[in-house]
Amino acid sequence: MHFGPHLLLAALEGLVTSAVLALTALGLSLVFGVMRVVNVAHGEFFMLGAVLAWAITTAIGGHPALGFLAALVIAPLIVGAIALVAERLVLRRLNYNPEATIVATIGMLYIIQQLALTFYGPEARPVEPPFSYRILLPWFGYSGYKLSVIATSALLLIATWLVLTRTRIGLVMRSTQYDSETAQAFGIPVGRVYAGVFALGAMLAAIAAVLIVPISQAHYLMGQDPLLLSFIVVIIGGLGSLRGTVVAAVLIGMSDGIISMFFSPTLAKIIATLLVAMVLVFRPQGLFGTASR
Amino acid sequence: MADKNGFFDLSKTGLTRRTALKGLAAGAGLGLAPGFVRYSQAQISAPIKIGFQSHRTGIGAAYGRWYEKTTAAAVKAINAAGGINGRQVEVIIEDDGTDPGRGAEVVGKFATQHKTDIVFGTLFSHVVIGSAPAAGENKMPYFVVSEGHHVASTKLNRYVFQPGITDVKSQIQSMAPWIAANAGKKVTQIFPDFAFGYDHRDYLPPALKAQGAEVIAQIAIPPTESSFTKYFPQIPAETEVIYHVMVGPAVLTFVKELGEFYGSNRPQLFGFIDSLEATDINSPGLEFLDGSHFWEGSPRYAQADDSEAQKAYRAAVGIDDNGAAVGDPKDVSTAAHMFGCWETLYVVKKAMEDAGYKGPEDRAKLVEATEALTAFAEGPEHPQGPKTFNGKIHQCFGIQNISKVEGGKLKVVHKTKIEDGLYEAEGDYTTQAL
Repeated sequence: MHFGPHLLLAALEGLVTSAVLALTALGLSLVFGVMRVVNVAHGEFFMLGAVLAWAITTAIGGHPALGFLAALVIAPLIVGAIALVAERLVLRRLNYNPEATIVATIGMLYIIQQLALTFYGPEARPVEPPFSYRILLPWFGYSGYKLSVIATSALLLIATWLVLTRTRIGLVMRSTQYDSETAQAFGIPVGRVYAGVFALGAMLAAIAAVLIVPISQAHYLMGQDPLLLSFIVVIIGGLGSLRGTVVAAVLIGMSDGIISMFFSPTLAKIIATLLVAMVLVFRPQGLFGTASR
Repeated sequence: MADKNGFFDLSKTGLTRRTALKGLAAGAGLGLAPGFVRYSQAQISAPIKIGFQSHRTGIGAAYGRWYEKTTAAAVKAINAAGGINGRQVEVIIEDDGTDPGRGAEVVGKFATQHKTDIVFGTLFSHVVIGSAPAAGENKMPYFVVSEGHHVASTKLNRYVFQPGITDVKSQIQSMAPWIAANAGKKVTQIFPDFAFGYDHRDYLPPALKAQGAEVIAQIAIPPTESSFTKYFPQIPAETEVIYHVMVGPAVLTFVKELGEFYGSNRPQLFGFIDSLEATDINSPGLEFLDGSHFWEGSPRYAQADDSEAQKAYRAAVGIDDNGAAVGDPKDVSTAAHMFGCWETLYVVKKAMEDAGYKGPEDRAKLVEATEALTAFAEGPEHPQGPKTFNGKIHQCFGIQNISKVEGGKLKVVHKTKIEDGLYEAEGDYTTQAL
């Protein structure tokens, strides 16, 4: 294949990775930004989204688009509810202590993973895409669904940004993030905001998973990769920075797509890790993060 | 004196005639009680304990589940027919997490904690390679149902056997003539970037060359990869056959993306069924495979010419004509590999009987008896087909099936012969000390 089409394919693949990564990492970044909780179980909420998407699409017959749309709505809601319960039962009781919550979310990771293994099983199961249109380019064919994932993700990111910057909910969240004690003094129910943010973070991961599941499949171990990549993205972009998260996700996704296509996937991972190290050394708060006060 | 009560006075029996009679009566009563007769010979009638190193979790979990089902069915059949050397067989399962480090720990656990007679069952090549040293150190016979060339290459040790399933080198060699004659001469290989994949990488090119065909590109894919489109541009345009062998949960994605990339205008496809084990051929996106070919150790779908032994085996392990669990068409089996558990257990039975195996002290005898085996006839104990066994390299050789995907099913179109897969032994385990 010639260089041009080769690069085009690499870029398309990179964009799909970026799109899903941006949504997942945004959830992680929001939870840390507002609550100062490093949610190690984030990847498992992603996995739960995919597994539920499989369960919902299987339960609803008919045209695949019906089941998929239902999954896109229902799966994140269920995952959000689970996250809410976990937050109330575990994180709140630890007073959001940074060290304790890391250990607690590691525990949640294993509990969720083993429950998925028990009730869903070890198999990787496919979900039919809502539509299977193959875009025929002169050099190769490309999945129309993958392009729609990029578009959907972009829309969701814009929507999240609007909520955070233009609405009262966003204002409350930002004030809690800025200084939770003062916010509480001004009558903001910080506890409820925390619960909501944790659920929202999990829901963003679940949405990303529902989008990706027709491309890959649902598997009970699928949460590990997105967790690791999300951490990389969040470290590079800056914790709690929406803009940084998106930019870093695009950077990581595209470099993964292009480097692994022209050189080797291992090199792409090495470069991503090196980038994390460089950022931590020269700009510990991340490319777009603000230095902690 | 310390022993003034006569505790250590051996001359004093302390046994009255009355207690002696009572004891004798009780002993006779126990001996006659139902179910206790076999144990009257003490240790030699206790069950034979087989440690099953199972992939219950991790990427091999789907295989592990079906390996367990097959093993349970075989043990049930063996026990119903009187067990091994008149003793019942008991299987103890430990999860190795499809992880080499954990695998070695599990072997150690079987040796020291469960005190099993042998260890059996594992599939993934990296787990076999990781566990083999532990088996050797514990002098624990280790019967693997893997597929890689690691046992036959004599790189492991004298305690490791693979008597129930052929190795990749043999599989490839016997199928290369069919690929060259029916699919195409210019082959691009796509394989997982670890031990099992390397067997394919190393042995396919010479096997095809001998048939006047050639491998024009080799694409290694890391085992953790979940998306594959980015590798497809490396497939040369003049490729006539794509030879794919993938394992783990991402294989469905691999085939779907291959379908999107090529559409109907694709090269011939020849795949190892590992790519689709435990996966429904009628899954969305797999229509693309229609007309392509697969290697199968034992056919997933019931075939018109199935032997009575094959039918009985399928009924015993509980799979229907489509290779799915009876009563659950979505629970697709790993039919192409799991027969190896059934057959390996019958090899263990034969070897233990030949050795007059009584307990762990006879493990060396068991190793020698296994090495002395030469052939297994097709039948209820070996439903996949006849096999020869080379005791020097601890490896069996059997027939292979090449199947075509037709209307969402796999139909066997070619069966190889045992001779097609034979090769020169690369070493000799029997020269190693026991």
